Amino acid sequence: MAAEDLPSEFDVVILGTGLAESVVAAACSRVGQRVLHLDRRSYYASNWASFTFNGLLTWIQQLQEESQPKEVPDWSSQLEEGEELIYLSSSDSSASICNLQVFCYTSEEDEEEQAPDTTEEETVRAADEDAVQEVSEAESAETREEEERRGADKGQAAQTAGEEPEAESHPHAAPSQSEPAKKKLSYAQLVKEGRRFNIDLVSKLMYSRGSLVDLLIKSNVSRYAEFKNVTRILTYRHGNVEQVPCSRADVFASRQLSVVEKRKLMRFLTSCVEETEEQTAYNGRPYLDFLCDQQLGENLQHFVLHSIAMVTADTPTEEGLASTRQFLRCLGRYGNTPFLFPVYGLGEIPQCFCRMCAVFGGIYCLRHSVHCLLVDKHTNRCKAVIDSRGQRISCSHFVAEASYVGAERKKVATPTRFLSRAVLITDSSVLASDSEQQVSVVTVPPIAAGCPAVKMVELCPSTMTCIPGTYLVHLTCQSIGSAYQDLSPLVTRMFRTVESHDKAETRPAVLWCLYFNMADGSGTEVEGHDLPSNVYVCSGPDGSLGHEHTIKQAEFIFHKILPDEEFCPPAPNPEDIIYDGETTAATGDTQEEEQSPQKQEEEEEETKEEEHLQTEE
Amino acid sequence: MHGRVKVKSSAQQEEEKRKEREKKLKIYVAARDACFSKRKEGVWDDEALQLTQQLLSSNPDFATLWNYRREILMHLETVKDEDEVQKIYETELSFTESCLKMNPKSYGSWHHRGWVSARLPRPDWARELSLCDRCLSLDDRNFHCWDYRRMVVKMSGVPVDQELAFTDRLIGSNFSNYSSWHYRSTLLPLLHPGSPEPPSPCCEPPQSSPPPSPQTHSHRVCEEQLLKEYELVQNAFFTDPNDQSAWFYYRWLLGRAEREEMISCVYVSRDEERVAVVFSRPVNAQSVGLLLVLDGQPQRVEWRSVHPRFKHSPVWICDLPPGTINDISNEHNLTVHWTEKHTHRDCALYTGRNESWCRDTATDQELFRSELSVEKTSVLQSELQSVKQLQELEPLNKWCLLTIILLMRALDPLGYEKETLAHFQTLKEVDSVRAAYYSDLCSKFMIENTILKMEYAEVRVFSISDKNLTTLCHLDQLLLVTHINLSSNQLQRLPPQFAMLQCLEVLEADNNSIENLEGVYHLPRLEEVLLKNNKISTLADLQPLASCPKLKRLDLRGNPITQTTNVESELAELLPSVTDLLL
Repeated sequence: MAAEDLPSEFDVVILGTGLAESVVAAACSRVGQRVLHLDRRSYYASNWASFTFNGLLTWIQQLQEESQPKEVPDWSSQLEEGEELIYLSSSDSSASICNLQVFCYTSEEDEEEQAPDTTEEETVRAADEDAVQEVSEAESAETREEEERRGADKGQAAQTAGEEPEAESHPHAAPSQSEPAKKKLSYAQLVKEGRRFNIDLVSKLMYSRGSLVDLLIKSNVSRYAEFKNVTRILTYRHGNVEQVPCSRADVFASRQLSVVEKRKLMRFLTSCVEETEEQTAYNGRPYLDFLCDQQLGENLQHFVLHSIAMVTADTPTEEGLASTRQFLRCLGRYGNTPFLFPVYGLGEIPQCFCRMCAVFGGIYCLRHSVHCLLVDKHTNRCKAVIDSRGQRISCSHFVAEASYVGAERKKVATPTRFLSRAVLITDSSVLASDSEQQVSVVTVPPIAAGCPAVKMVELCPSTMTCIPGTYLVHLTCQSIGSAYQDLSPLVTRMFRTVESHDKAETRPAVLWCLYFNMADGSGTEVEGHDLPSNVYVCSGPDGSLGHEHTIKQAEFIFHKILPDEEFCPPAPNPEDIIYDGETTAATGDTQEEEQSPQKQEEEEEETKEEEHLQTEE
Repeated sequence: MHGRVKVKSSAQQEEEKRKEREKKLKIYVAARDACFSKRKEGVWDDEALQLTQQLLSSNPDFATLWNYRREILMHLETVKDEDEVQKIYETELSFTESCLKMNPKSYGSWHHRGWVSARLPRPDWARELSLCDRCLSLDDRNFHCWDYRRMVVKMSGVPVDQELAFTDRLIGSNFSNYSSWHYRSTLLPLLHPGSPEPPSPCCEPPQSSPPPSPQTHSHRVCEEQLLKEYELVQNAFFTDPNDQSAWFYYRWLLGRAEREEMISCVYVSRDEERVAVVFSRPVNAQSVGLLLVLDGQPQRVEWRSVHPRFKHSPVWICDLPPGTINDISNEHNLTVHWTEKHTHRDCALYTGRNESWCRDTATDQELFRSELSVEKTSVLQSELQSVKQLQELEPLNKWCLLTIILLMRALDPLGYEKETLAHFQTLKEVDSVRAAYYSDLCSKFMIENTILKMEYAEVRVFSISDKNLTTLCHLDQLLLVTHINLSSNQLQRLPPQFAMLQCLEVLEADNNSIENLEGVYHLPRLEEVLLKNNKISTLADLQPLASCPKLKRLDLRGNPITQTTNVESELAELLPSVTDLLL
């Protein structure tokens, strides 16, 4: 298959396998469109991907290497009468990911081998052109350890050069750190067990009555994944992590609320569900004012504002109430919190939609891209594309993730905003409890004026995203500075790193962490760019906790392409699907029928494998 | 290459499903008939087990088949050795489990599982418990599972404290679950007994006698634990004041032991040569071994209740043999033995006295508080404070109002009378569908208050006019009353219990809506009945009065009956003793 040419005609060509693109692909394929779905990367889900620990290290490495845009061949020879060429952006995600910094706070090897305990720190800034050059120049088939050492050296070099002022305040390596009780996992162990991590690039949750869950259910795509409940909502307040009582059972069991507070909270939450005149009177005024006038008291105000509505003090009341209502609507559908998390990480979700697309005949190629669009000058419609192998493929619609579209063609009113992300591997939970298998959301209000509010998700090993004995912590906020600048002060406060000294023993230790910035997809429009009218742009992940924006966008694009078709109607049961080569005569023979879906899935798996193996050039 | 996917049309699907169903039905009917004929022939073989299993897995509520299955199993028990039986029953357990997955509320499956578990040579109770827990975590109100679980706990001797922790867990996940609260109320008295009697062991060894049954055991819980329970249940009703399970449990917590069973009063009348006995609860005096001893001589007497309607009653009367006590110069000593309860009460009739009685003193404290405990007043006071706090937040919550009323009554029924009445008014407004219930409850409390006032005043006059009474109760407490004033209330009848007022001479009941006088029955001393402005409409309504020999004065003004023709003559015929008739 690798050598075979693709069919030369499709209805829809989709570039990028992020969530929005994958949903559009599944939706189109489901209603009978011929879909070609490509991604220039070697993995599915673009910036929505999940990586094993080792995969993540490779991803980091690739970002640091990738620099010069490759020379794009001139395809003008393929032009036909009345057509013109639009070249797509050829650089990879470096535009959407920047400021990568990696820190390792655990020993390189097992402690027996290497005492005293040393802490390595590596600091790399992908955005820093020099550093990137340095890395990419020296890259070859060296061992991981060597890389590490060099990374650390470079970090030190960077420090001395004074290019990273914020790094200077931190000691490079604590010479020894007594660890009497629990033996820390070593870096070598993390690498060895790395396969069992599933580290998401974006950190989001699924509102149990949100549009993503509705879509998964409606389309039957949910059958391809498993989900876990987020088990508790926490908040960081007065230097402590506290549990937020949000469901009826939580409020009942809460020890921090007085009975009167319990009543007030329950009454407030109940009264929120319906819109009242009292509420509309506060429209336009800050939500906090409204909360104050409800006589909730400081405790409850904090819980409602930051952890339930998850808004800021100056958010208008109507918006605050809308978020509160969404939270409440989602409570109790699947558990005690409004959120679900996919087992094996969020990267599963786009892949599930891809799978649905494939079941209905969509064709997938990774490491395969589109170089340019062929546009009919008269109609200003994209007639065909030229893929990265120079094949001309005609199509009626073209969908691409924003990073494939050159900046010069995008209509972006405001400068691109960024999200600051941190990924931490820690050794214990931020709030110990009876059960070690807690999936927690932690809302952190701005720690100082002008600082962003941080959303934190702590995943336990039962989500299959990290190994036993560790927790995977995702931090996300709107960028003000670099991810490191935005998030490291909070990390230092809430966790034990080399930087924290006083009274840190009770806090979870960070074994390894990664900071990076990712472009905020919320600003990208589907239309209105300097592009043909049948070309649609999908935005990357946005900073909100849910998936509303992306799902709405995918549905919008689908209806642009197929205004009269239903968006993701329920997929039929496997036993009702008739596959090629199988005649209806087989109906009486149940056994064969039962087997066939399995066969199909196997086939599909094989095809996917093949696609993985496919290489460019 | 991937092909296009084709989906079967819905007509095609329907047709397939229909065929499938038909096929299933045929198999089912055939198997059922085979089963029935085998049973008829008395065949207890493996094939029959197979057949019933096949049928029951598709329909686990087919009781006859379970019965047949049990017959087969009982037969197998006699022919197989223990290991084989164990194996057969274990298969049986996994089979019922699969049936329960089909229908977790199947009577047949649960019952069969209980039957099998009890017969299993080597039962594995831990597995059964975990099955129950799994089941309850899916549906915490599945009462079949609760029942089965109680059986498992009893059979395997699970320690009470472990069971209490189990209810903690269930209540924590959902406190709207009366099953869990109720279970708590049965466990706590075992674990933290409140009475001074020696505490029962927490853990009953499995082989020993069954755990103390609630009947033989105090229902009370020690105060320390009670305080913890108050806190727990308050958390529940503050979180959701509309959830009734927490309130019911709270009422149980506040409740106290039932009153001691005893003879609370013995009354003797020389004129009528009659003895009346009041018990602390309704009894059937003909069957409880009641013995009357007069001056050391057991008497053969006929006990009868005050009204033929009552088989059980708190008040019983008997006539002494004529001439036994009618000489006013004699003194008599009377003892009534309640042999069944090993209790008795004495009463002396002194020379020159026409009547005499003996009853409990200081009944005021004990009489009407049985609904709520007389735990330390300070505890009740602080409970009242917290519930009042909730009422400030939820002024219209009926459970809250009702609980306040109950607490106030437990603390100081007379002192809180005004507030209580106001709360009743609010209750009737916010919960109008139960307005009649609240009126009756309020009537009851007003009557209790009036009885208390009468006791304090040590009089035999009971006056409760203009209090919106809708019902009468506690009439057994009014045995000695000679004069009752029920004027200006909303009474519709004088119920059969009214006949307990054995000493009554004057009945005032003007301005009510009385249309039924059933209870004015054989009252030996009744002379005056005032029923102005009521709803007596027929002569038959007045029939009971004919049984009162001393009735002289009857006021029927303002009743519909006065409009009927010939009323006066007919009344004279019906009630010849009445000399003073007002129409």
